[in-house]
Amino acid sequence: MPKTIELTSQDFEKEVLQSDIPILVDFWAPWCQPCIMMSPALDELSEELDGRLKIGRLNVEISEHQMLAAQYQIQSIPNMKLFKNGQVVKEFIGLRPKEMFKTELEAEL
Amino acid sequence: MADRENKYPLIIIGLGPAGLTASIYASRYQINHLVIGQALGGLAFEAHKICNFPTEEEISGGEIVEKMKKHAESLGAFLMADKIVNIVEEDKIFKVTTQKRNVFWAETLLLAIGTKHRQINLPDENKFIGKGISYCATCDAMFYRDKTVAVVGGSDNADTSSLYLAEIAKKVYQIYHGNKLRGETAWINQIEGHKKIEVIYNTKVIKLKGKEKLEKIILDKPSHSLKEIAVDGLFIEIGTVPQKILTEKLSIETDKNSYIKVSLGQETSHRGVWAAGDITTTSNGFHQIITACSEGAIAIENIFKFLQKKNK
Repeated sequence: MPKTIELTSQDFEKEVLQSDIPILVDFWAPWCQPCIMMSPALDELSEELDGRLKIGRLNVEISEHQMLAAQYQIQSIPNMKLFKNGQVVKEFIGLRPKEMFKTELEAEL
Repeated sequence: MADRENKYPLIIIGLGPAGLTASIYASRYQINHLVIGQALGGLAFEAHKICNFPTEEEISGGEIVEKMKKHAESLGAFLMADKIVNIVEEDKIFKVTTQKRNVFWAETLLLAIGTKHRQINLPDENKFIGKGISYCATCDAMFYRDKTVAVVGGSDNADTSSLYLAEIAKKVYQIYHGNKLRGETAWINQIEGHKKIEVIYNTKVIKLKGKEKLEKIILDKPSHSLKEIAVDGLFIEIGTVPQKILTEKLSIETDKNSYIKVSLGQETSHRGVWAAGDITTTSNGFHQIITACSEGAIAIENIFKFLQKKNK
């Protein structure tokens, strides 16, 4: 079962900024095809890296999430940011193959 | 030959208009088939407004491919989201391996794998992707509300991107190396009359400037006596390049730009493999949803005849 979580602006603080383990936040929107193409890979990675990394999705189509998109300077999606201890330590922009992405992520964990 | 599990007379690769139309025709010809693709719609999904598809006065790319998908599924098609990682031919049967480690066998293949966005190849173009540079106005326009953006290109895609961005941004420069926009006259007329859009003709973007993100673009000749324009975003719409990996694996003949050469029946140089849609050299190079659909239909009629003859 995929362990990706749907983030909201209400739980962003708790789930992301106060997370005990690193969390990858995928800023996405339903009109963005590369985002949709990225989604199954993120689901698989959420299982394969379970315990070492959390993966969350934030839908920036929702107007109350747009403040967060602006705060994190999102200008293009999919934009996936890796947070550790509440700080962005790495960002990944654009569609990427799953295995390559896994290697990139593991290098940061 | 030993029975192989997951064997189909036809596997269609690609979930864009060519692949989906091919599936509709294949179902009507009762060819048992599977459709595999990375995501619904291909590049058509990104079109924010389509006004030239018969029966649809105005529709988005996302909506039209969703309708095609529903149509294909209503006829019993099985559409699968997965990526092909390898194809090999064994005894005139194609072995297709996917990223999710599925293995399928096919007597015939239809490649409807489409194209991807072309880059300008400027220094720092990759560095600014997601930091001002975008290849998808539909995806990223909303991040440029009340900002200044530029679009590079003069095709239908560039024209519609400018018009879409003008709904959101404060100002849109459209920069084109030619002296007259290409594409549909209806779009060009809208652009020329648009208060927010300024077209800069006979000009190229030659350099990008910025620290953390894109701040300025440099032109090869001055516009209003300035060679530099301050922009928040640059949308690159200068056409597409074919997806190459599968054609290389099957050693399929292509033209010098990697588009697949096909016969009038959409058959490639590799026996048992057909191609349809933007990836091919046919339809006079006119990459439209309707020409992709047409090529998908022609391919299936030809595949049907091939399978009938083969199985006699």
